[in-house]
Formats: sequence, structure tokens, C-alpha cells
Amino acid sequence: MRHLIGINDLSSAEIDELIAVALDIIDNPKKYSEKCRGKKLATLFFEPSTRTRLSFEAAMYELGGNVLGFSEANSSSAAKGESVADTAKMISCYADIIAMRHPKEGAPLVASMNASIPVVNAGDGGHNHPTQTLADLLTIKRKKGRFDNLTVGFCGDLKFGRTVHSLIEALSRYTGIKLVLISPEELKLPDYIKNDVIKKHGMDYIETNDLVEAMPNLDILYMTRVQKERFFNEEDYLRLKDSYILTPSKLTNAKDDLCIMHPLPRVNEISVSVDNDPRACYFVQALNGKYMRMALILKLLGIE
Amino acid sequence: MRIDAIKNGLVIDHITAGKAMEIVGLLKLEELDCPIAIIKNAPSKRLGKKDIIKIDADIELNTEILGYIDPDVTVNVIKNGEIVEKKHIALPETLNNVIACKNPRCISSCEQELPQIFKLTDRENRVYRCLYCETKAK
Repeated sequence: MRHLIGINDLSSAEIDELIAVALDIIDNPKKYSEKCRGKKLATLFFEPSTRTRLSFEAAMYELGGNVLGFSEANSSSAAKGESVADTAKMISCYADIIAMRHPKEGAPLVASMNASIPVVNAGDGGHNHPTQTLADLLTIKRKKGRFDNLTVGFCGDLKFGRTVHSLIEALSRYTGIKLVLISPEELKLPDYIKNDVIKKHGMDYIETNDLVEAMPNLDILYMTRVQKERFFNEEDYLRLKDSYILTPSKLTNAKDDLCIMHPLPRVNEISVSVDNDPRACYFVQALNGKYMRMALILKLLGIE
Repeated sequence: MRIDAIKNGLVIDHITAGKAMEIVGLLKLEELDCPIAIIKNAPSKRLGKKDIIKIDADIELNTEILGYIDPDVTVNVIKNGEIVEKKHIALPETLNNVIACKNPRCISSCEQELPQIFKLTDRENRVYRCLYCETKAK
């Protein structure tokens, strides 16, 4: 039985296969509308999440299946002290597949070790969020048609952003990827990602703190939020925060076919006035998340 | 300095100087009811100096722990005063309940009954990572 705990659980061929299915779902939604009839997805969300939970639920409904679950730990037996292992064994009696979000890192892995049905990690603390990476990859595929020979800018909080780490890891499989890491000194990409992923795979990268200067070279700009609580003092935050807010004026020198991505939720790091720019892809990215989750559910349930 | 040879037991040799007490502690050798000699800073041709532990009883050693602390040690099995086996200890692939994950956000930090499992992810640099949260062992 297969689970998806981290993006590295999938081979490049399997990612390609999921993308092919997702593209076919986009073109032929009716063909898939009854594929999961009689199947149940359990969404076990031990911490709140709007997009990911609703995306999983929408994915299962669009496949003709049903959904059961909870959206916060207080309304589950975890509040009574039940272990993740016991919850996973119990849910295996009621559902066909699990999507789990948990604040503790590694909880979905523990669930997968104890469940008798497939488990999908829907985010575990600051650790993994593989279905977000799948959504990111489908967005890149649809906008660029390829995963190789791309200059990808990551901007904002590169230190704590798990979506950034995971996408860099996924892109490390492809050739000709140039990374432009745009962040304040305080929020630079951690050394272990540079050593264990970027340098290990011989990826090209540069680090800068200047978004405008980096802009003309980028094929993809992946924005993340610079959070106030990540700074030691407010002065530094106030000095830096505007540098990492994307506005139409900062896009003046950008390529016409730039793809602007963001894992959402956005707070103020992308000005609302950018939303109507045809290069803004972040809402399509959220939609792509649903298609990839549909493809993933089919794969893990062994449904052709 | 002279320490008597043992008749039946084990000699943990080629311990990196200074690591003997850590091995004694993690292997819980102080709980054994048999003579144990801990030799620190013994001269060594290969290492300059080394530690040695002699255990005067034929016991089962946890080679996982031993390999994790000091993978270059050798364990000599002594029977009737003769070395009958020389075991070379390698870096173990997995550590089960040898060390604990220090990441407060790890599931193993709040679910006490979960075994503490670490996997060897980089043999060259001797890096172990928590199975659950992938935090590097310190």
C-alpha cells in the first residue's frame, strides 16, 4: 500500500504520471466524476486549514466519493489523549483513504505506519506538505510546459517556508534549474537545504536581497510572506517589509511570461493590484491543488 | 600499569580516547555484576592513545549503541583466555531507542510510547536523522 508523506516518496515518473492524470481531469472532468463512488476520504485536521482541507474535500466530491472527518483537534478524540497510531487504526475501519494535517512533525508518518489504508500528509508542522508541492509543479507545467531550464526566484521568508524547501527539493531532479534566492539576511535559506539539496545536486543558485534587481531574469517568481514575528526587532521588520511586497511597479522589468506563484494565504506580500496581471498564477495554483489531489487519490486507491 | 587478562569475556578495544565512559553509561555496564576494567589513554600505535574496556563475563553487547558512539572499535571475544573472535563494529543503519529526538515539534516529543528511531542518512559524515521529523541528531 502506498502513502504520500514527503515529495520524495514519489519518483519523477510518478510525478509525471500524476500530472498527466490531472491534465486529463481538467480536459475531461465528466470521465472522472464517478471514479470514487462508494469511497470515503477521512480528513483528519488536527489544526485548522481552509485551503488544504477544502481542496481535499472538493477533490473527493468531484470524483464522486464522500468525505468524513474533523477540522480541529478539539473536536476529535485527540482531545481525550488518543494517540495518532490509535486514531489511524480506528479511521482505517471507516474510510478508504486519509488526508492528515497535524501540528507535530512526523505525525502523518506515524499514522501511515499504523493505518491499513493510504495516508496523505496534508501538512505536518514546518516539515512536509507534499500536496502543495504537487500543486506547484502542476502550475509550473501548465504555465511553462516544462520543469527544466527555468530560472526560479524564491522571495521572502526562505528560512521557515516549508513550501519553498519542498519545491526546491522537487526541482532538484531536473536539469538547467537556476535558483534566485531573494530574502533579507535574517530569513535566508538554511544551510542544510543549500548543502543537502542545492549543492548536492549541483544546482545553480545566487542569493540576493534585491527583488527588483533579480526580476528581469526570472521565469517563475515564488512569493512567500515575511512575517513580523520572525524578526528580532520591529525596526528591522519595518525597514525590510516593503522590499518584499510585490507591486505592479516592481514588475515593470519582469518577463512577459513570468509566472507569479504563492502558496497562499496571502496577507500583504502581493499587492491586490497585481491580481489582474495575467502573470499572477496564485489562484490558479490553488485550483491546480485540487486537480493534483484528485489524481493522487486515484493513484493511492489504485483506481485507473 | 598492569591489568590481569580475562578468562571468559569481552574486550572492547580501539575506543577513541575519552569515549570509554560514554560507552559505559549508554551500555549500562555499571549495572553488571562482574569485574569491569576501564582503561583510559592507553598507548596505541594506530591512534596515539585509546581507551579499552574489559568485561569479565560473556555478555551480549548492544552493537547498535557501540557502533553509534564509536564505529571504529573492535570487540574481542575471549574464551579460556584466548581471543576466539574479533568483531569489527560498523556504523548502524538504524538506532532504536538509543538517542532521543530533541525537536520539540516532533511527534515523538509528545507521544512518549513511540520508539525513538534514527536512520543513518549520510554515512560519510555520520549523520543520523529522526525517522519522524528528519531532524539531525546532535
